[in-house]
Amino acid sequence: MNMLLVAEYRQGKVLGNFHELLAFAAQLQGQPSLFVVGDVNAPPAFPGRVYIADVTTYKEYDPSSHKKLLLEAVRREQAEMVVFAHSSYGWDLAPRLAMALGAAQISEVTAVIDGDCVVPACNSKLRRRVKSLSAITVVTLQSGAFSAQAAQTGTPAVIPLEIDEAGPYTFKGYEIATAGGVDLGKAAVIVSAGRGIGKPENVALVAELAKTLKGEYGASRPVVDAQWVEHHRQVGTTGQTVAPKLYMACGISGAIQHLAGMKKSEFVVAVNTDKDAPIGEIADVMVIADLKQFLPVLTEKLRMV
Amino acid sequence: MKILVCMKHVPDMESKFKISTDGRWYDDGDLAWRINEYDEYAVEQAVRLKEQLGDSDITVLSIGPERVKEAMKKALAMGCDRGVHVVDDRPSDRDAMAIATIIAAFARGRNFDCIFTGMQSQDRGSGQVGLLVGEMLGLPAVSTIVDFSCIGEHNYTIKRELEGGVRAVVEVRGPALFTCQLGLNTPRYPTLPNIMKAKKKELLTVPVAELAGGGNLQDTVRLFFPEKKGGGMLLEGEVPQLADKLIAILKEKTTVLA
Ligand SMILES: Cc1cc2nc3c(=O)[nH]c(=O)nc-3n(C[C@H](O)[C@H](O)[C@H](O)COP(=O)(O)OP(=O)(O)OC[C@H]3O[C@@H](n4cnc5c(N)ncnc54)[C@H](O)[C@@H]3O)c2cc1C
Repeated sequence: MNMLLVAEYRQGKVLGNFHELLAFAAQLQGQPSLFVVGDVNAPPAFPGRVYIADVTTYKEYDPSSHKKLLLEAVRREQAEMVVFAHSSYGWDLAPRLAMALGAAQISEVTAVIDGDCVVPACNSKLRRRVKSLSAITVVTLQSGAFSAQAAQTGTPAVIPLEIDEAGPYTFKGYEIATAGGVDLGKAAVIVSAGRGIGKPENVALVAELAKTLKGEYGASRPVVDAQWVEHHRQVGTTGQTVAPKLYMACGISGAIQHLAGMKKSEFVVAVNTDKDAPIGEIADVMVIADLKQFLPVLTEKLRMV
Repeated sequence: MKILVCMKHVPDMESKFKISTDGRWYDDGDLAWRINEYDEYAVEQAVRLKEQLGDSDITVLSIGPERVKEAMKKALAMGCDRGVHVVDDRPSDRDAMAIATIIAAFARGRNFDCIFTGMQSQDRGSGQVGLLVGEMLGLPAVSTIVDFSCIGEHNYTIKRELEGGVRAVVEVRGPALFTCQLGLNTPRYPTLPNIMKAKKKELLTVPVAELAGGGNLQDTVRLFFPEKKGGGMLLEGEVPQLADKLIAILKEKTTVLA
């Protein structure tokens, strides 16, 4: 099966995540080629065909021209599968391409069983096995689900792509969040508050416990979005990535975007009222309790240790 | 300005899910339902746009069985002007393309200037429907927005959220579609007077057969619970004993209490 893998280019660099797409292609025993809107003079190392369109012409974000360039590459490659990362670039472009190809798009693939894709459902509580019914299939892969292949070597066969296009999008550039006051990366212990804390006053329960453990407190996204905790304490794909000795997730369900930021922690304790919360999949210890009752008692007892 | 908001009714994710008898979706009895979280931001943004521009009209559309009317009433109480309930008893049998086809069929010819959807649903999570509707209607569509400003009638400056704290600034001209990410705004709580007023607002009913077309491009083979990773310990019981047990484990397995 010919597979076209879509690499991403951001702030002047090809992102490394296409190595995960290569691992997926290898698992399906497909023949991969690459596509990137990037620097025509600096193609990524890869022992095969690389379709490149010039990023100075088509910009780092312009879904309308990128879609048309991709269609051209799919046609030339006679690809039966187009593979993206499930990222802000991938999930934005994939449906547009799928629509143009009349193809099924299967989003956020985590595994393959007998040629069918498996995707998460209900905030990762469930999994769904999906079969494509179309001639061409577009997939996006969950970040980290397929372990990246080793860095590639070899000189690619570069195929330059061009189209006529003046699309409706004007990309003005990036805004980078300013680094906040706390570097969670340095803390040996992180106690994080999730939506299960219920109200802003309860941030104190988490902060107290963190202090008692000589650590820092963090938070999941809804707690930050509600402005109960500052953004620089957010853990996850759109926040910080941490790997402390102890991570305590209090009232956090364990959505993939949160796990991505803390799953390398040495020891994970979850405090949750829901036994089926997906955080249980990675927690070393899952305490089934109401955090409003449990945290004060735990803090008190720890003070006496 | 004519505004359309698309909204899905989903179970509370803390619910205890059971697999349906056909094995392909969850059983929808015994669940608490609510507006898909992402769509609440979409509703709020639509209402804010109307407040900014005045002289606008917001239609909120939802596909599903009778119960979705509850969600639509909340959206009306938040400030939408009219509800369109597309009656479909089994929307979960349709894939993203089929759902988008229904929405696009409704929107076509009605000349909406601005369409808002959530970036994804909490249950299916495909993240496709909004963008597909945009493609079907030939409108520019910007996904995962965390900042929205409308300058003049039809010029938008949008911030898209990328990974690791980076945002892309994008400008488009309407008519356009936007898919809303968590944190885009702070959705309001409907006030009692607005809940009362919402009762008098128009709630149209459209049978899904009038809008649907084409079949699915993909098929759910089955829905299942993931296997629990071995090794994790589950502690249940009374709070003081739980705390003692956890402290003992931390002493044994980690160095943080040393
Ligand atoms: C593109 C994208 C990027 C994202 N980036 C991030 C990110 O960087 N970080 C992040 O965290 N999320 C991120 N999210 C959001 C993510 O998908 C989840 O919505 C979020 O992580 C959920 O946060 P939560 O677990 O605190 O809340 P919920 O999922 O609502 O879970 C609350 C939990 O608290 C439990 N609970 C309730 N009451 C109690 C109680 N009294 N005692 C104990 N437990 C209780 C419940 O059982 C439940 O498990 C992102 C989403 C998207 C789409």
